[in-house]
Amino acid sequence: MSLRIYAICYLIFLYAPIVLLPLFAFNDATVIAFPLSGFTTDWFAELATNKSLHAAVKNSLFIAFTSALTSTLLGICAARAGAMHRFPLKAGIMGFIMLPLVLPEIIVAVSLLVVVVQIFDWGLSNWTIIAAHVLICTPFCIAILNGAFQNLDPSMEEAAMDLGESRFAAFRLVTLPLVMPGIISSMLIAFTISLDEFIIAFFLSGASPTMPVYIWGLLRFPASLPVVMALGTILVTLSIILLTIAELLRRRGMARAGVKDKGGFL
Amino acid sequence: MTALITLTGVNKYYADYHALRDINLTINAGEFFSLLGPSGCGKTTLLRTIAGFEQVTDGVVMIGGADMAAVPANLRPTNMVFQSYAIFPHLSVAENVAFGLRKSKDIDKQTKAEMVEEALTMVGLAGYGKRAAHALSGGQRQRVALARALILKPKVLLLDEPLSALDKKMREQMQVELIRLQRQVGITFILVTHDQEEALVMSDRIAVMFEGEIGQLADPETLYRRPNSRRVASFIGKMNFLEAEVNAVSDVIAIDVEGLGPLQVSLEQAPEPVKQGPAVVGIRPETLGILFEGETTDRKLIDGVVDEVVYYGDMTYYDIRIKGISQAINIAMKNLIGRPVLEVGEAAQVIWDERALVVLN
Repeated sequence: MSLRIYAICYLIFLYAPIVLLPLFAFNDATVIAFPLSGFTTDWFAELATNKSLHAAVKNSLFIAFTSALTSTLLGICAARAGAMHRFPLKAGIMGFIMLPLVLPEIIVAVSLLVVVVQIFDWGLSNWTIIAAHVLICTPFCIAILNGAFQNLDPSMEEAAMDLGESRFAAFRLVTLPLVMPGIISSMLIAFTISLDEFIIAFFLSGASPTMPVYIWGLLRFPASLPVVMALGTILVTLSIILLTIAELLRRRGMARAGVKDKGGFL
Repeated sequence: MTALITLTGVNKYYADYHALRDINLTINAGEFFSLLGPSGCGKTTLLRTIAGFEQVTDGVVMIGGADMAAVPANLRPTNMVFQSYAIFPHLSVAENVAFGLRKSKDIDKQTKAEMVEEALTMVGLAGYGKRAAHALSGGQRQRVALARALILKPKVLLLDEPLSALDKKMREQMQVELIRLQRQVGITFILVTHDQEEALVMSDRIAVMFEGEIGQLADPETLYRRPNSRRVASFIGKMNFLEAEVNAVSDVIAIDVEGLGPLQVSLEQAPEPVKQGPAVVGIRPETLGILFEGETTDRKLIDGVVDEVVYYGDMTYYDIRIKGISQAINIAMKNLIGRPVLEVGEAAQVIWDERALVVLN
C-alpha cells in the first residue's frame, strides 16, 4: 500500500509539470497562473507566423536529421564489430566509445568550443553542433544497435556467403533486414536527443540558433511565455510519438529474431 | 575411388594458438566422412577451412583438383549446414531454400519453384514452403538447412554438429535419414561431431582429432576394434587398460599382462608397431564375460569380486576386482533370460580371451 502511494507521488512529480504545458498553451491569458481564463488556439497560430522561429525549427530539424543519420551509421559499424568480431582490448574499446553517455554535456560543450574556436579557429555553424551531437548520440545508437546485432546469429551472414553471395550482399540481404528495426529505432532516438539538446547547441551555435536556444531566448520576454508553452506542447507530443515508434520497432525486431525482450529504453 | 578433397600440410594459427597441426588428409568422392573429437580439437576449424571461412596459415586445400587458396567461400563447390542451422528468420521456408538460386539467373521462376518443392520433398517437408521460418521446430529447421544446401547440388556437403541441438529420439531418426539422403544424392558428406556413436553409425571413414592433429583415420570397425593409441581407445566407447610388458616381437607378440600372465597375441592386435618393453593392453567391456550358474564356456576364466553394478535395463555393467590387476575391470553383460543381476561383494568368474586384446604403446 505504501509502495503504491510512493509510486503515485513519484509519477505526479515526474509528469505534473509536463501536463501544465498544454494546459497553459490553450489558456487565453498572457500570464501563466491559475485560474485558467478561457480556451484559445491563438498561441499556436502565432507560432505559425513567427519567421525567426521557423528558421530555428528548420535548423534544428536539419541538425537532428544529419546527427541521427551519422551517429546511426557509426553505431552500426561499432555494434557490428562488437558483436561479430573478436579483437584485442575489445571490452576496453567498447567501454571507451560508450563514455560520452555519462560525460556531463557542459564539459563536452566547453571543450568542443575550445577545440573548434581556439585550436582550429573554425567558425561556429550548424556543422559544429552536428559534430557535437554525433558525439553524444553515438553511444545511445550503439546501445540500441548492440541489442539488435547481438541477437543476430553470426552464422547467418556466413550462411548467405556459403550460398553464393558476396560479403556485402550477405550483409544487405540477411543482416540488414534483421537489424532494420534497430536501425530505425536508433535513428529516432538520436533524432529526439539532438532535437531537444540545449547546452551544446547554446555553446556551439553560430548566427542562427536551434529551436531550444531560440525558446530560451524567448523566455526573456514574459509576453511570449504562452507561445513557448505552445511550442513545448508540440515538442513533447513529437518526442513521445517518436520514442514510442522507436520502442515498438525495437520490440518488433526482437520478436522477428525470435528472442526474449531484454530491457530497452521504454 | 577418386580423391575429391586433399589437404596437404595444413596448419592454422590463431595468434599463438596452433589450431591445426600439419593436417594431411584425402577425402574421396561420394564418401560419408566424419571429423570426430572432443571440443577444441580443431574439427570445426578444419571444416571451416574447407568451406572457406578460415584461411590456412600454411598448406594447401584442394577441392576437385583445384587449389582453393584464392577462392572465397561463396565460390567454393561446398555448402554447409551450420550448427545453429542459420535459417533466415525474415524469409519463408521456400525463400530460405531458394536463397542459393538467386545467382542462377538462367533458371526461370517456375523451375526454381519446382526445384524448391523437390528439395523440400527430399527432406520430408513437402508443402511447408509458405511457412514462416521462425515458426519451425528444431528438427524442421535442420531439414530446411539441408534442403537449402542440397538444392545447389554441391560437390561437398559440410555438416557442423548438425544433430547436437536435437533430443535423443530425433537425433537417432535424423542419423538414419542423413545416411539415406547421402546415398540418394551421392554427394560427399563431411560431418563434424563430438558424439562417437553418431560417427560410428553414419560414417564410411572417421578421422579422430586431438589438439589440432589427426590421431587416427580409419573405418568405424577398425577404429573401434583396433584403436592406435590410448586416447583414441578411451575416446571411442569404453575400454579397460591393463599394464603390460612386451617380451619379444617376432611373427607373434609375447607379452606379460598384469593379472593375466604371459600370453602370445598376433601382430594385427598391435595397430602401431610395438617394441620390447612396457606397453598398455586394452580390452573392451563387451568382449569380456561373467560365467553365470548353469552356463559353460571353453574360454579362459579368472576369479574376481563384484565391486560395482550399473543396471541399464538391456545391459548390466559390472566393475570386477581381479587379483593382480590394479584397477577394477569393467564388463558389459546382456541381461539374458535366467541371468541374475549380481550384487556388490559377490564372487564372479570372468571369461576372457587374448584375441580381444589390443596392444598399445
